[in-house]
Amino acid sequence: MNMLKKKSFLDIITYVILIVVAITCIFPVFWMLSSSLKTNEEIFKNMSLLPETWQWGNYAEAFLKAKFGMYFLNSLFYTIVGVGAIVIITSMAAYAFARLEFWGKNILFFLLISTLLIPIPGAFVPLYLLLKSLHLLDTRTGLLLCYISGGIAFGLFLLKSFFEDLPKEIEEAALIDGCSRFGIYWKIALPLAKPAVATLVIIQCLNIWNEFLLALVVLQDTSKMPIQRGLMVFQGTHMTDYPLLMAGLTIATVPIVIIYLLLQKHIVKGITAGAVKG
Amino acid sequence: MISSRKEKTFNLLFIVPALVLFLVFNLYPLLRTIQLSFFEWNGIDKDMLFIGFAQYKHIIFSNPAFWKSMWNAAYITLLCLTLQNGLALLLAILVNRQIKGENIFRVIFFLPPVLSGIVVGLIWKFIYDGNFGILNTCLISLGFEQFKDFAWLSEIKTALSSVAVVHMWKGFGYGFIIFLAGLQTIPNELYESAEVDGANKWQQFINVTVPSMIPVFTMVSVLTVLGAMQIFDLIYSMTQGGPAGHTDVPITKIYQYMNNGEFGYSTAMAVVFGMLLLIVSLIQFYVSKKIKN
Repeated sequence: MNMLKKKSFLDIITYVILIVVAITCIFPVFWMLSSSLKTNEEIFKNMSLLPETWQWGNYAEAFLKAKFGMYFLNSLFYTIVGVGAIVIITSMAAYAFARLEFWGKNILFFLLISTLLIPIPGAFVPLYLLLKSLHLLDTRTGLLLCYISGGIAFGLFLLKSFFEDLPKEIEEAALIDGCSRFGIYWKIALPLAKPAVATLVIIQCLNIWNEFLLALVVLQDTSKMPIQRGLMVFQGTHMTDYPLLMAGLTIATVPIVIIYLLLQKHIVKGITAGAVKG
Repeated sequence: MISSRKEKTFNLLFIVPALVLFLVFNLYPLLRTIQLSFFEWNGIDKDMLFIGFAQYKHIIFSNPAFWKSMWNAAYITLLCLTLQNGLALLLAILVNRQIKGENIFRVIFFLPPVLSGIVVGLIWKFIYDGNFGILNTCLISLGFEQFKDFAWLSEIKTALSSVAVVHMWKGFGYGFIIFLAGLQTIPNELYESAEVDGANKWQQFINVTVPSMIPVFTMVSVLTVLGAMQIFDLIYSMTQGGPAGHTDVPITKIYQYMNNGEFGYSTAMAVVFGMLLLIVSLIQFYVSKKIKN
């Protein structure tokens, strides 16, 4: 009896702590959503949890007048092209490192994933100079190249071990049937690597969609800016237009939260693979 | 599978795109950083002035603002290592008690790490706002009248801690997920045999959980240090380093010098900062190895 009491008391404490922390996690996001649907007067005068009347018009204004629609499309472009390129480039290389023989294989692999282990803070300074000398400063291509190269080490690390664990027999059979090496990679190995590719895609989507510092250094032209940068531009010029700012924040957050909720298992896998193995 | 010479060369084509990008956008910038750190250069002139270690000397011995920014980041880091990781571990242990709704808590706790630094910074800037932030409204309604119009992010006393709180809010879910994954890899038999030996829950925690978790503790603390020391987006969106440099961190300093066209000086600062980070990480791995043996 005493044991049972003690156990249920512990359970109550557990739930109280977990629920309090959960509310602390959610409240700021809820507050952003709620404030994005208020009028400016409401923001300044009262602190009701929900808006008096829901101002959906704020979103129309945010998309068009505040240009968050344009920033959103830019972010979508950078994320899709960047992640696509990362997947193709790193899966090709990872397949080669896992399966093929070539000169200097081990040294090249450790060189390529070394950026995972060595912190290089302030790399944005030489990247700025590099893009300048390549005449790629303030271009979409320049920013994309930074993003793609930033994803290579993690992609290689994740995919190489996955390719190594795939059974060799199917590939050997295909080779005997006269399939080319590239054909085997493209038609057999890559489709089999779907779970690992999914993890890579999600982690890189988060990285590119949420990236700010490189976008700050590389871009000047507002029409090319991703949404994280656009938010700071808006905030700098409309200091106190909180409903529109909160609408912009929501627009920047919704896609990432949807992807997160749909595919959270893959994200957790990516995080723990990177951390526990590394 | 044995490959011929010709094949070995052809196979290299698979890694060429990755290798080229790595050489141009990772390796070259690293070497360029080291090279530039020995020159005085504004990024425009044709001529770069070689000045040896002069910039390093200046940064290390005569730049209190840099050390102030290091201290600020270290302060945030220490709070994260203790409070944030302590909370993350506690939550992981609680969720690991096979409670109902484990997955819901997991999803909720990992929500802040998924959000961007800019989004989180701007939401919290709004919450902290002196005049119409909800934090002060709550405090005043609880009877703390002194917080009327109190601007958390522009007061010297509170700015840095306020930013640190947001960084911890954004980061604890990350440690939580890794701790939980680590806890779940500890085989149940270890606990069972400890129980047979008469160990109570606390003794089981000290004798089974802690030793098995040392590699995970190391990993989380290294990631915490690297993340907190290199904090930028939150600072940039909440305080821009203010008031008067009280929330400046190394990356904002490097960015400021670069923006002033002092390319040589900013790269030297990046090298000093990078070396310090590397040393701290190595010490952490070394200490964890010592403890394990």
